Amino acid sequence: MKTISQPSNFQLLTDTAQDSRRRFLQKAGTAAFSGVAIALLGGRSTALAAGTADDAVAQDVRILNTAIAAEHEAVAAYQLGADSGLLQPEVAKVAITFQGHHKQHVEALANAVRGLGGTDVRALEKYDFPTDKLKAQSDVLQFAAGLERGAVSAYAGAIPLFDNRELSAAAASILADEAMHWAVLRNALGLDPVPGAFFS
Amino acid sequence: MACRKPAARALLTAGACLAILAVLVGAAPALGDAAAGKFVYSRCIACHSPDRNRTGPRHCGVYGRVSGTASRYDYSDAMREAAIVWDVDSLDRFLASPMTTVPGTTMGFAGVPDTRERQDLVAYLAQLNASAEECRESQ
Repeated sequence: MKTISQPSNFQLLTDTAQDSRRRFLQKAGTAAFSGVAIALLGGRSTALAAGTADDAVAQDVRILNTAIAAEHEAVAAYQLGADSGLLQPEVAKVAITFQGHHKQHVEALANAVRGLGGTDVRALEKYDFPTDKLKAQSDVLQFAAGLERGAVSAYAGAIPLFDNRELSAAAASILADEAMHWAVLRNALGLDPVPGAFFS
Repeated sequence: MACRKPAARALLTAGACLAILAVLVGAAPALGDAAAGKFVYSRCIACHSPDRNRTGPRHCGVYGRVSGTASRYDYSDAMREAAIVWDVDSLDRFLASPMTTVPGTTMGFAGVPDTRERQDLVAYLAQLNASAEECRESQ
């Protein structure tokens, strides 16, 4: 396994955390998603209340809830990393920042489910992580990078399925965030942060 | 059987039989490259892992298993009721389009459209048995 001792990689992580804090203050991305979701879901909720809900809405709720379940797990995974004692302080800050993004994803997706008249899935009390394989900072980052890479594919695979295209747009904005996480983590691992032009 | 008709139409019949055979052979998905399939599997790990139930069920032992029966995983009614035996053909069909193959599944994923990638992924899943490195610790 490659080491992650390159100062430049840590610098990128630190810079990312600082940028994230600035973005958090601006809250631009969250507002954009919330605006889309709320505008969209108002109409859908009315349809559900009137008893005109159809399989397409139910399918959208299922897709959203699957995404929420994975986001809950990501939140727990970053907590595991932060609590592991394996991360250097500046890396732990980035982990917490990324965890914050996933918490925002959960909140936005859960609001969308509720707006559709559904019930959002809750976090599990306990997650089964491969803790026995996490013995160094690089192991934690590799584990997180794998989850983020998978998340990119998961959202890419969900976007075409939404009946409501506004939900597709919202999922695409989350996908972009997951892809940035993945790139930063790859860079920290000493890997090419963007290993290709296309991903599915 | 048409392929055993008298000699007068032997040539025509033989051609037809070959065509039927070709269609039959072509209909069966080929097993791909498991090593390449492991790379394709990286797309699945937001929700799945070989040895652990997560957002999706674990995949160790999936080949030959009946859908909706992995222990300690809360499946959708649709997946339980589908009662599909996971083999090369059924995995190929499901992975091509999960939500149309099993309407109501919680696997909100469009699928793996590339035939070769899907065959490789199925090959990887098929070898996730008790002897697979990814599965040994979970047995």
